[in-house]
Amino acid sequence: MQEVQKTATVTDSSLAAEKPRTAPADLLRLEGIGVRLGGRSVLGDVSFSLGKGEFTGIIGPNGAGKTTLLRVILGLIEPSGGRVLVDGAPLHRKTLHRKTLRNKNKAAIGYVPQKLVIDPDMPLRARDVVSLGLDGHRLGFGFPSRQRRALVEAALADVGADGYADARVGELSGGEQQRVLIAHALISRPKLLLLDEPLANLDLRSEQEIVAVLGKLAREHEISVLLSAHDMNPLLGVMDRIVYVANGHAASGPTDEVVTSAGLTELYGHHVDVVRVHGRVLVVAGE
Amino acid sequence: MLNTWIAASIVAVIAGITGFFAVLRGQTFTAHAIPNGAFAGAAGASLLGINVIWGLVVFALCGALGIGALGAEGRGRKARNDVVTALALVLMLGLGALFVSISSQYAEETYSLLFGEVFGVSRGEVLPILGLGVAAAVAIGVAFRPLMLTSALPEVAEARGVSTRRMDLYFLIVMALATSMTVPVVGALLMFSLMIGPAAAARSVTARPGAAMALSVVIALATVWLSIALSYQTNWPLGFFVGIIGAAFYLIGLAARAVAPRRAVAPRGAVG
Amino acid sequence: MHYLFEPGLFSSGPVRTALLVGTVLAVTSGVIGVFAVLRGQSFAGHSLADVATTGGSGAFLVGLNQFWGFLAAGIAAAALMEAIGVQRRRGRDVATGVVLGAALGAAALFLYLGSLQTATTGASFTVLFGSIFVISPDTVPALVASGVIALFVVAALARVLLLTSVSPDLARARGVNVRLVGIAYLAALAVSVSLAAVAIGAVLSTALLIGPSATALRVTKSPARAMAVSALTGLAATWLGIVLAYDSYYWPPHGHGWPVSFFVVALVLVGYLLSYVRPRAQRAPRSPHEDECGPEAIVATAATAAGTEGATCSPA
Repeated sequence: MQEVQKTATVTDSSLAAEKPRTAPADLLRLEGIGVRLGGRSVLGDVSFSLGKGEFTGIIGPNGAGKTTLLRVILGLIEPSGGRVLVDGAPLHRKTLHRKTLRNKNKAAIGYVPQKLVIDPDMPLRARDVVSLGLDGHRLGFGFPSRQRRALVEAALADVGADGYADARVGELSGGEQQRVLIAHALISRPKLLLLDEPLANLDLRSEQEIVAVLGKLAREHEISVLLSAHDMNPLLGVMDRIVYVANGHAASGPTDEVVTSAGLTELYGHHVDVVRVHGRVLVVAGE
Repeated sequence: MLNTWIAASIVAVIAGITGFFAVLRGQTFTAHAIPNGAFAGAAGASLLGINVIWGLVVFALCGALGIGALGAEGRGRKARNDVVTALALVLMLGLGALFVSISSQYAEETYSLLFGEVFGVSRGEVLPILGLGVAAAVAIGVAFRPLMLTSALPEVAEARGVSTRRMDLYFLIVMALATSMTVPVVGALLMFSLMIGPAAAARSVTARPGAAMALSVVIALATVWLSIALSYQTNWPLGFFVGIIGAAFYLIGLAARAVAPRRAVAPRGAVG
Repeated sequence: MHYLFEPGLFSSGPVRTALLVGTVLAVTSGVIGVFAVLRGQSFAGHSLADVATTGGSGAFLVGLNQFWGFLAAGIAAAALMEAIGVQRRRGRDVATGVVLGAALGAAALFLYLGSLQTATTGASFTVLFGSIFVISPDTVPALVASGVIALFVVAALARVLLLTSVSPDLARARGVNVRLVGIAYLAALAVSVSLAAVAIGAVLSTALLIGPSATALRVTKSPARAMAVSALTGLAATWLGIVLAYDSYYWPPHGHGWPVSFFVVALVLVGYLLSYVRPRAQRAPRSPHEDECGPEAIVATAATAAGTEGATCSPA
């Protein structure tokens, strides 16, 4: 079973010496990641790992650095310390990183942004967005082919969005758009789905539906899911592990072991109570 | 007269294609600003006595690159870009005013550069317009998918190594080249009318990207042909008809959308 | 000094008129422009100006003083824009663009028809690019009065305007009639644009509206200070522009003179570019964990939303 990995001052060499006690061939592994932005340390010494088919939530208050962490994993931000390993191979620096992404990790990680940048009139259907997930980065027009159409249909069906495949994506509700975005990431058959605050701006019912979709993808399709959220409660039923980010540091492990009054107090640096009521978890700041 | 029809048709095709993306990317203002750069260039070139083409292309490109360089990314992107675009636009117009005033050919030159002079198109001018039209079409066709991706899903594009900044610049340059040749024909102030109206109308009618682009071209062609015919009859300026007919098509598109049924609520697939 | 102030500058009647109108214009545009930039209405402001062109051309056609044409068209356009509404930003941009195209087309028609009737050449030029040196003295009181009234309206509404610009919902919750405030503001904007149209031309009026304000907002976060800086910058550009335009009669081509509008626009741009030259140390470091968001920070947030640089209070 996974141990709770607290933050600690580790150096690269000590990590290299340590044999990971986790499942073999972690899909994603962060070791001692630190990030400085604008001369300040935003994140310090974040470490966790993720195996195949596992569902992990990056939870924390707004401004804690969740999105920053995701952008590090995507290679969009360079960490000031530590390293990221995808499928055992390190994520290189900018120029190399682009090549790596293009060859290997592109299929490895599917990114689902929080929302689309469009207005309702945009001539773009749900199926067009998903189709872009297949080859949006390639030049040229992309003539329709039966094979492509089949792949798009399959991806849409996997997320339950096939009912509005031909609708203008700008007219869809928040939950429907989220599904389309997931299908878009899914179509390139990634090993890991990375979602940036997918549940923000969703009503309760859409929230539950999206969580169910993601849970199904993790279980039945063995796709690892890593998402960020500021509230862990909708995810309690599907999350295998939590990475709790606060105060620029993180603690990772099974939810029950990480989310404790003692544990979070140490993380936040001031007194915090964890209250469990009717199966829901509340993190309450002390005085 | 045939030259007029040919030149105007090519202009309409270019306008339809670039306009489709300008509207998609919310770059209506930029589409208005860049042709003004061309205006300044044409005025400057005629002042210096060199071939107008050079002035057009050089200034349009400078305007586009200036907007691209000073523009912003990320949060507050649109508003800052608007400010930069506005300033670039007026600077270009100001320069144009200067050049025109110095060359003391006030009336006709200002008027024709700003509002178009399609009936004066000569044989020699058709070929460059055709060449540029083909180039613009190819440039857009080649980058169709990355342009769509960076317009709708900029973060995903970045994550996949498609640089939004580079695509922004690419599109600005294409717009500059495309509009620079069409300005003498339709006029700086009205080129953008031909870009925006038909594209806005087209996207109201269809949700399919490819079809919307094709429809933009068709509507632009219709606008231009109608305008030429009417202008020829009444002797009124071409730009007037382009502006009015473009607006009419836009309103028709809006009406069609309001009347057409909203998306059919089909039975949803099971979540599982 | 002799080089800058060519002989006869200060004794020239038209120059004095120009300086007076220019002052009113610069201060009005500077102050009103700050809100335009904060509300992200650069395009709307420019479109208003272009539609004003239609009014000016129409006035030219029927033989009225162009200022009234600018004003009428400007206010009509302002009301129309407010009616189109503020939701769906991009949809609004396209609608604005289409209206703009139609309006400019109409302007083309009016100018053409007008040129058929009258013998004056260069009418297009003056409508589009202004004629600050040929403002007839009897219109000056009207010009000055309009500017002062517009300034007064905006000054009276300043705080409310700021609130509605940053958070319309909050304003509504406090009982502010957001619609009415928006209309009043746009009317003031129309006046400012019309003044500028007379002086430097409708199509270029955006320079005085947006340039100094954008420059000021890059330099300071306090709204009051921004308006002051903006007005001063606009004044500097206008005065210097007038002086240089007068001087340019002595420059090649001799006896002709370069247009004032060109100088003003160029100077405004220079001012804006200068605001990019700032020592790094002056930028306040971002502190996302601060919960203290004072009134200045509200403007800062709005300024960030308007894309004019770093905030001191923002969610990470």
